[in-house]
Amino acid sequence: MKRQPLKGIVAALLSIVVLGAIMAPQAYAIDALPFKDHAQELRFQQLTQKLRCMVCQNESLADSTAFLAKDLRLDIFKQMQAGKTDAQIKVWLTSRYSDFVLYDPPLRPGTWLLWFSPLLLVLIGAMVLWRILRRRSRQPLPTTDSEEDW
Amino acid sequence: MSARLLPLIGFVALLALLGFGIHWNTRHEMNEVPSPLIDKSAPEFTLPLLFDPTKTLSSKDLLGKPYLLNVFGSWCPTCQDEHPFLMSEGKSLGIRLIGLDWHDEPEDAKRWLAQFGNPYSTVIADAQGHIGINFGVYGAPETFLVDANGVIRYKHISVLTPRVIEQELKPRIAELVGDKP
Repeated sequence: MKRQPLKGIVAALLSIVVLGAIMAPQAYAIDALPFKDHAQELRFQQLTQKLRCMVCQNESLADSTAFLAKDLRLDIFKQMQAGKTDAQIKVWLTSRYSDFVLYDPPLRPGTWLLWFSPLLLVLIGAMVLWRILRRRSRQPLPTTDSEEDW
Repeated sequence: MSARLLPLIGFVALLALLGFGIHWNTRHEMNEVPSPLIDKSAPEFTLPLLFDPTKTLSSKDLLGKPYLLNVFGSWCPTCQDEHPFLMSEGKSLGIRLIGLDWHDEPEDAKRWLAQFGNPYSTVIADAQGHIGINFGVYGAPETFLVDANGVIRYKHISVLTPRVIEQELKPRIAELVGDKP
């Protein structure tokens, strides 16, 4: 009897977690679209999360409440029902709204700098580090005990 | 000596980069995304006239002469900012000014135009918003300059201010009216 309240709290917490897990996918979908099956719904969510809402540009198409985002979600849904692939849907969108709608910019000559500049910076850093280390290794070790400096 | 100057050079380079960023941002509207439709054929459409839905206007009807397509909506506050400029400058452009009432209730649009005036030679109603999407519209007002062959030559996002009309729009219109196909 003594442990009953604790049990109650644990049960309540557990049910919140379980309920949350069950309801999460529903909370995701802003519009209730009649998906064919769960796999299609997942595919829809994964795709719209990788697309930018042009109205509120730091929001994904999946999250935005702008009417344009709602319209585009509906369009994407219809295209999925019609059997279009993700790639075809992306082409449909980029032909209207440019590559800017893709959170993952495509790899082509115009975006090489964007994709490879981090690598370039790492290479420059490594080169600088290598030169400094090489110069230091050539210098003789200090003869005095450097521990005194501490 | 040059090694000691390196941090200063790095600092100046960073300063130049950040300064360029600020300069760029003051000159460019970061929300404005260049349209992939420039120099491509305008999307085809057939839409009912706002003031007479029994009649339609299609993109084919507009071929032969350049026109300006202005996307607006009665729900759009920025369109209200733009409206006086269209009222005062619209007639002096020398080409047809077509209004595309985007994603709007036709009744609201009619009331809006009755209240503020109608600068358009024709207004077409895209109540569902599909044609706007085909044009890549994402924020009204947007304006497209379409040439006699139906090719989009220029797009302006947001308000057509008198400065934009004088410096960007009118020279392009003169170009199109000058060289007839």
